[in-house]
Amino acid sequence: MITTKYYGKFGGAYIPEILVSTFEQLVNAFEEAKRDPQFWKEYTAIMSNYSCRPTPLTYAENLTKHLGGARIYIKREDLNHTGAHKANNVMGQGLLVKRMGKTRVIAETGAGQHGVATATMAAKFGFACTIYMGEKDVERQRPNVFWMERLGATVVPVTDGTRILKDAINEAFRDWSANMDDTHYVLGTACGAHPFPEMVMYFQSIIGKEARKQVMDITGRLPKRVYACVGGGSNALGIFSGFLNDPVELVGVEAGGKGLDSGMHASRLASKDGSPGIAQGYKTYFLQNKDGQMMETHSVSAGLDYVGVSPILADLKEKGRIRFEAATDKEVLDAFTLTLRKEGLIPALESSHAFVQAYKEAGSLTKDDVIIINQSGRGDKDIFTVADAFKDPEWMKFIKKKAENYGA
Amino acid sequence: MALEKYIRTQLAEKKILLMTHIVLGYPSLDASYRIIQTMVKAGVDIMELQIPFSEPTADGPVIVKANQHAIDNGTTVEACMQLAGKAAKEFKIPFLIMTYYNVPYKYGIEKFTLRMKENNLMGTIIPDLPPEEGKDFLEAMNRVDIAPILIFSPTTTDERMSYLSSSTKGFIYCAARKGVTGKDTNFSEDLSAYLKRCRKATSLPIAVGFGIKHKEDVDFLKGKADIAVIGTQSIRVMEESGVDAVGAFIRGLR
Ligand SMILES: Cc1ncc(COP(=O)(O)O)c(C=O)c1O
Repeated sequence: MITTKYYGKFGGAYIPEILVSTFEQLVNAFEEAKRDPQFWKEYTAIMSNYSCRPTPLTYAENLTKHLGGARIYIKREDLNHTGAHKANNVMGQGLLVKRMGKTRVIAETGAGQHGVATATMAAKFGFACTIYMGEKDVERQRPNVFWMERLGATVVPVTDGTRILKDAINEAFRDWSANMDDTHYVLGTACGAHPFPEMVMYFQSIIGKEARKQVMDITGRLPKRVYACVGGGSNALGIFSGFLNDPVELVGVEAGGKGLDSGMHASRLASKDGSPGIAQGYKTYFLQNKDGQMMETHSVSAGLDYVGVSPILADLKEKGRIRFEAATDKEVLDAFTLTLRKEGLIPALESSHAFVQAYKEAGSLTKDDVIIINQSGRGDKDIFTVADAFKDPEWMKFIKKKAENYGA
Repeated sequence: MALEKYIRTQLAEKKILLMTHIVLGYPSLDASYRIIQTMVKAGVDIMELQIPFSEPTADGPVIVKANQHAIDNGTTVEACMQLAGKAAKEFKIPFLIMTYYNVPYKYGIEKFTLRMKENNLMGTIIPDLPPEEGKDFLEAMNRVDIAPILIFSPTTTDERMSYLSSSTKGFIYCAARKGVTGKDTNFSEDLSAYLKRCRKATSLPIAVGFGIKHKEDVDFLKGKADIAVIGTQSIRVMEESGVDAVGAFIRGLR
């Protein structure tokens, strides 16, 4: 029998027959690990020794002064090894792969952060590794492609469909349905068929556990609001899970792209364009047409450019527990710049979505209020996108010269 | 019952039946109609008509491209229903609908099954809908007496095969191997052993699909299965040599 799980109306396990026994094995491995008190210890030990956990909660003093309202704290997931929260999920799943005795891992990636994290985990644990990445994302996140290949992974550009994250997920799934005997599919976010949403949230909950303790230790109070960007929803669920039972307002920020009225965005929950559907193994809000065909999405950040969203978030939105907002590409670049200039922090373009909304709201709160922004990753990978957006003349000169050196 | 009865009647005269799988709207709806016409004339016994979906996760490159092309062409679910209905009216073989679950889900399960009934379509194959998640859908199908056709795979346990069989009508679709459509299949001892296992687990007729390309493949299946399913290969033939070549290809299989 298939083990399924719903969050309100959302979730499920819509899997093809060929993978039923593979999911059964995964559910069993995950349930066993959860019951084993040693497992979480082993997990946190490896995260502190290999990935700098606990990550700090940094007080953004200059931004707090500049915006003149709530005291702003930033949870520094960018300081993980490989530069994003993705490492949390990947190392956790890597430990499960060892328990299951598999020898190869595959993954999809959008921004390339999950791909790089998976490639490092594979190198460390001695697994073969293949990463699927939409052709369009290969173009816009080249630095990460370079590192995945250096780490020994095979990167397969996906040319089907919209050539971004959702298409990479389909292709990884096809690989898995042929090679499940020795292969585990390390899904990068809290989406897909059960147990992935629960399992990814479980590993990412390390963010929220730390953040809650840190904010209490440092400020002696709970935050008024917590902000996180939402692609598939893993960093958001990670930090939110620490505050779900507290009187804390949780704010998820989706990609507003060129604006919610433009049809060019990836806001499944904050816009009116999303509707319930079933695809890629689970039921949630998708950006789809009336025939149920998935639509093309748009975002300046590859990691938020996805048609679906975690079923756990869809449910928490319907229950009114989480507020969803959207940030446009332009607002994101402004918030990104402000963060660099005021704090010397370089958030990923994905993370910068959360900063946009926090900056909009901080001024209307008081200095007795504390807010937390989850900086899910660092922006180094976005060097080409940011240079393009600002039409950086020195950078262009450099690239031209570099191209000449390569004989272009 | 109607579908199973038809299969049994045909099997009294033929060693094995041929079922073909095409993607509606690829390369166009008109072409799909001509392909159906050609295939029926060439002696196909059952046809599986795929309503295209943007995320065909169980399909390989050829059928993925066909799905995408059909959607880019503006092929709607409604247009597919109309074409399927027209085919079922004009040609005296059973027509089945193959698609992914979001298509009937968005259309409305009740509405979808009624529309199928009204168009005389006899069964459905939905690769991403396990019976555990499909209770509403299976009930709706049963109410109008349309056959939900479930899939066995080489990784399916004997116990699960019996369970799947109990929710299936018409016939069982046995995927010949792991992986997606369109890749090569090894017609081997292993496949024979697997088909024996399938046969034991169900009293329904069994169809075998994935990787069937040549007359030898169909011959291999005679006596081991009741229906040979040809999908990707007839699309390749059509792409390479046109619709008319598909007729000769099908005739060459028996
Ligand atoms: C830095 C960063 N933040 C956020 C995301 C979005 O994913 P999720 O919503 O699962 O956290 C990504 C995805 O690639 C990412 O790289």
